[in-house]
Amino acid sequence: MPELPSYVALESESTLALDSTPGMGVQALQSRLPASGLFSRKGGLGLTFWICLGWVVFMILLAVLASVLPIKAPNFQDYSAVNVGPTARHLLGTDDLGRDLLSRVIFGSRVSLVIGFAPILAGLVIGGAAGLLAGYRSGPADTVLNAVSFVLLAFPALLAIMVIETFWKPVSLFKLTVMFTFVAAPLLFRVIRATTLSFSSREFVVAARATGAKTSRLLLRELLPNIVPAAVSFALIGVAIAIVLEGSLAFLGLSIGLPTSSLGNIINDGVNSNNLTLNPFIALWPSLYIFLLLTALNLMADRLRSYFDLREVTL
Amino acid sequence: MLRFTATRLVQLVVICFLISVFAFLLVHLLPGDPTLAILGPNDTPAARAVLLHQLGLNKGLLAQYGTWIVNIFHGNLGASFLTKQTVTNALSVAVPIDLELIVVSQVLALLVAIPMALIAALRPNRAFDRVATTSTFAMLSLPTFVAGPLLVLVFAVTLKWVPATGFNRLSQGLGPNLKSVILPSVALAIGSITVYYRLLRADLIATLQEDFVTMARSKGLSTRYILLRHVMRPSSFSLLAGAGISIGTLFTGAFVVEVLFQLPGIGFQLVQAIYGRDYLVVQGMALVAAVAFVVVNFGVDYLLTVLDPRVRRA
Repeated sequence: MPELPSYVALESESTLALDSTPGMGVQALQSRLPASGLFSRKGGLGLTFWICLGWVVFMILLAVLASVLPIKAPNFQDYSAVNVGPTARHLLGTDDLGRDLLSRVIFGSRVSLVIGFAPILAGLVIGGAAGLLAGYRSGPADTVLNAVSFVLLAFPALLAIMVIETFWKPVSLFKLTVMFTFVAAPLLFRVIRATTLSFSSREFVVAARATGAKTSRLLLRELLPNIVPAAVSFALIGVAIAIVLEGSLAFLGLSIGLPTSSLGNIINDGVNSNNLTLNPFIALWPSLYIFLLLTALNLMADRLRSYFDLREVTL
Repeated sequence: MLRFTATRLVQLVVICFLISVFAFLLVHLLPGDPTLAILGPNDTPAARAVLLHQLGLNKGLLAQYGTWIVNIFHGNLGASFLTKQTVTNALSVAVPIDLELIVVSQVLALLVAIPMALIAALRPNRAFDRVATTSTFAMLSLPTFVAGPLLVLVFAVTLKWVPATGFNRLSQGLGPNLKSVILPSVALAIGSITVYYRLLRADLIATLQEDFVTMARSKGLSTRYILLRHVMRPSSFSLLAGAGISIGTLFTGAFVVEVLFQLPGIGFQLVQAIYGRDYLVVQGMALVAAVAFVVVNFGVDYLLTVLDPRVRRA
């Protein structure tokens, strides 16, 4: 058992009765929360948070249900309506090839959302498990994992991805997800490791260990509940970062290729060949979609951070 | 301190070595015979001989890496088989553009963020602070590939103040040069303003509550004097840390901006090389860009530790 630093010992004298019962993992988390629950109006997460969550869920639903929604096919060309603004027939207008922009944006959001969420979830599982173990058991494994995460984070992500996919053809959603996971996992590893470290010498963990709790119980019942808030709030930022990265790649024409629409390549399309002068709506709608999605994610992460009283994570 | 410097230097060298290994192995990701893919339609015996000399492909993997890295240390980063231009040559054109973009955008970002943070921190949660904090929060959700087209739409297409694309060298006069970099720089600065403003504001508010500020107030010093002489300096470390954080964003943003505005910087040339399947140019440029990124990152990090000993202990 690692020797406790003196300030912990000092602190534990006063809070011993409160905080040292084994199985305090969940209670320790609850003691950091405002007295009322997550859902109550006062002291809860607030209306803004739930609106943002609803908005993100709505966007995901649109993307999932895109093919059953009553919208046109994303690549269908309506020659009677080329470059028109919003009308009843085309709610968001059409592009220079007469394709319905509403449909293109909704279908295009699929790529952004998959690349936004899938690698972060994979990174949470991989980086989270590694971070939990490394933070709990400092030792050679921790040193190695730490070094690996530093090396992976030292690479400029966009550059690495665009260069690797040039040589590793053809580009596919799966390959992009794999590469983005390599970006996400070390970031999440660092956050979760740092958070675990800050809890692993707390009294309730020490007390549980003293009563002979197994490592699995310590990790899953004592430490994990306390790490979830930081992990979720940071994962939301991670989703935003991944969406921006994928959008940048698509804008450069280096994400999933045409004819599959993605938000980045619709913006690129809207900027090319006088389209910005003739029909600014092509670039405007996907830009607006990205802006609203990122705002919702950032607001949610910000709210969670202040709700759980997390300090800005420094890496 | 010496020990710290040595450790950091060793880390830097190790990471640069790893980058070179990754860059070297890239060619081997190509399906089939890499020479066929690299040479493409230019598969002449002469070109093949040059390529074999450059990559040493007929030797073992370790010897190949040796040949390749020795070439690089001799300044031979390879040449395009399409345009016959050497990578070193292309870089000498591209690097000044990137530097100018970064310098102009960062100066702009600081010019906006510092006064904003000073005014906001002086009266937190009042009208100005709320407006400034909300608008920077919105800017957080404006990636360069969204902000760039919007700026072009407003300032180049509608108002026609500046050209939408193209680059004028400094040798063509300062005015035309600035006109061609101002819009891209603003697009790049948007991300940095947010980072600088948020960090500096938080730090300023914390510093303003220190005893020495109360002391200075009780001496009757003016608010402006206290802000600029007493509070700004201890709060400015986070600005430097912010610079470190925004390097990655800047890098990504610069690529997008260069393609959008057709500025022949590293990002633009790299993307052109990728479109043209000019594999050796991609490899050489990526190597230089990645090493530059890592070195700058370490430089900022190191500077931060030298200036603020608290970081080293943490």
